[in-house]
Amino acid sequence: MEAVRRVISVVVLNEAQVLARVSGLFAARGYNIESLTVAPMPDTDMSHITIVTKGNKRVIEQITKQLHKLIPTFKVIEHEEMVEKEMVLIKFPIEQSLSDIQVLCEAYNGGIVNVGENMVIGMVTDEPVRVKHFIEAAKRYSPMEIVRGGVVAIER
Amino acid sequence: MKMSGAQMICEAIIAEDVKTIFGYPGGAIMNVYDEIYKQKKFEHILTRHEQAAVHAADGYARASGKVGVAMVTSGPGFTNAVTGIATAYTDSIPLVVISGQVPLSLIGTDGFQEIDAVGISRSCTKHNYLVRSLEELPRVLKEAFYIARSGRPGPVLVDVPKDITGEIGEFVYPSEVNLPSYKPNYKGNNRQIQKAAKAILEAKKPLLYIGGGAVLSGAAQIVRELAEMTQIPAVETLMSRGVMGAKNPLLLGMLGMHGNYASNMAMSETDLVISLGARFDDRVTGKLSEFAKYADVIHVDIDPANIAKLVDVDYPIVGDIKTVIEKLIPLLKNEVKTERYQVWRDILNRYNELHPLLYNDSDEVIKPQWAIERLGELVGEQAIITSDVGQHQMWAAQFYPFDRPNQWINSGGLGTMGFGFPAALGAKKAVPEKTVINITGDGSILMNVQELVTAAEHKIPVINVILNNHFLGMVRQWQTFFYDKRYSETDLSYQPNWKMLAEACGGIGYDVTTKEEFDAAIKDAIVQDKVAFVNVAIARLENVLPMVPSGGALYNMLLEHKEEK
Repeated sequence: MEAVRRVISVVVLNEAQVLARVSGLFAARGYNIESLTVAPMPDTDMSHITIVTKGNKRVIEQITKQLHKLIPTFKVIEHEEMVEKEMVLIKFPIEQSLSDIQVLCEAYNGGIVNVGENMVIGMVTDEPVRVKHFIEAAKRYSPMEIVRGGVVAIER
Repeated sequence: MKMSGAQMICEAIIAEDVKTIFGYPGGAIMNVYDEIYKQKKFEHILTRHEQAAVHAADGYARASGKVGVAMVTSGPGFTNAVTGIATAYTDSIPLVVISGQVPLSLIGTDGFQEIDAVGISRSCTKHNYLVRSLEELPRVLKEAFYIARSGRPGPVLVDVPKDITGEIGEFVYPSEVNLPSYKPNYKGNNRQIQKAAKAILEAKKPLLYIGGGAVLSGAAQIVRELAEMTQIPAVETLMSRGVMGAKNPLLLGMLGMHGNYASNMAMSETDLVISLGARFDDRVTGKLSEFAKYADVIHVDIDPANIAKLVDVDYPIVGDIKTVIEKLIPLLKNEVKTERYQVWRDILNRYNELHPLLYNDSDEVIKPQWAIERLGELVGEQAIITSDVGQHQMWAAQFYPFDRPNQWINSGGLGTMGFGFPAALGAKKAVPEKTVINITGDGSILMNVQELVTAAEHKIPVINVILNNHFLGMVRQWQTFFYDKRYSETDLSYQPNWKMLAEACGGIGYDVTTKEEFDAAIKDAIVQDKVAFVNVAIARLENVLPMVPSGGALYNMLLEHKEEK
């Protein structure tokens, strides 16, 4: 069976250990985590976890079932029709062309968010594959640091 | 009512109607032991090792069908308990394990006897809690018992910091739980059940594949009814021995690595597997691609994650075995044509006649299979049988005539040596009117042999039948078959004096080398009110057969092994 990329959202009770339960499940059963983001959901006592994983059909089915089996799990969504976004921050040396960096970031729905004595920070929020392209393009400007935020998704 | 956290723990145990708990005190749990001392509503059995305390609670749960409770202290107390917890987890046994923890203010400081109990036990508990305030303790205790026994049962750990057990607060034991994220499905989907019924009616070679879930669900009676009504043959897994009853003509036997020929061939040739609470363990399936190759699969299980985990399932039914069969029976009642499966039954009967489960008995030396059959004749239905792990376990599963569920208690999933003796103590406490016999080996019994003292002190007269071949027999068997007889670290020729060992601890010992001595020892041990060791010298190189070599297809069984002289 062919391995496919899947984005899975998990709604969990926002309590101690819950992230360890989720990530521990992946570690213990040998599942992949490509990215994992977590944040509390507004006006609830719950958290939303977005996981990007890879596996064949049987593995993906097991992942969703095992996630669901965790006692604090309310809901597991295996995304099909979704809007998917990722954020990335890149720090460039101040010697690089600011206007080039500005244009590049804008091409990927972002811009320059901070300029200091020695560096400039660009930010981009876009689909994961476009974020990847952006990072490749940014490499010619000698980036000092790249921090990706991990994928978040919402079903349409 | 105002009380301490320690008292709350005792009150919860009382409210849950637990009569006996097993444990071992220590610094972080002392507040609770102080309250145990003051109360009279439940009994505490002091085992001599925390692992044994958890196995004893496990045996109590398996024999009674209720939640077992074990209590340990922090740090090494807890880590010693982990094997017991993992054993219960793998076999889905409802336990609540209460562990002490260092005070809240010390957590995370590498305090004395501090260990991350919830971290360590996360992957071998159904759920676990580190209690963070006295206010949440009553709710956590209530949830722990509920989670342990509901849905697919399993062990729940409640780790309680010492300051919380000492603190005073208001106690009301909740009458119900409020867990919106945990709702086990017992009912089974009606449409799927209808489809499954249709598949049964249309099948030519259906097979009931009965797993430990049938025991846990209390479904033995209705499983028998289903088999009787449809006249569909059945195979049992290691965990479900006793569900069909040994005398049941529809029972082919146990399947799997050491299953009998007819059972394994039935699984290889069936056109419809009706899986009732089984989980397609690798020791059952052998080579997966050859397993039930020609069959559609109905899979009834309370745990959706078990369904389609290893084999593709055509009729998935998430639900409690008993409830689902109750719905299935009326759909089949006037429809099923039992003669439809007659050819299939004839084939399987011929397989059984071709290669029945046999062994070569001897007059010179006791064969382990004989000892187990004889035990069956002597105590039969009257006994609860526990076992350790290895050859003796397989022989017991093959040759003991189990008549009812909860009669056979063994560590099937995790395969924990040292399980049988403490589990027997727990079983005897739960069902004192039954004779409890641990069938064990000379390897396994030494893991937890210290429980002789527990048994003698508390007058728990369980009988340990040690099938003694002076080997770690199962590993030795694999070395014979697959490692050119290089018996690396499996020769147990150096042995204690078993009779003296038992007697040194306040029990009674028997050395048995002949069939007459075996009968005499068992009969005498039954009427003693002492824990007993019956040391039975058995044929040293006897193998467990048939055997499906690891990773092989079920139908490729080694039926005999010719030993060159």
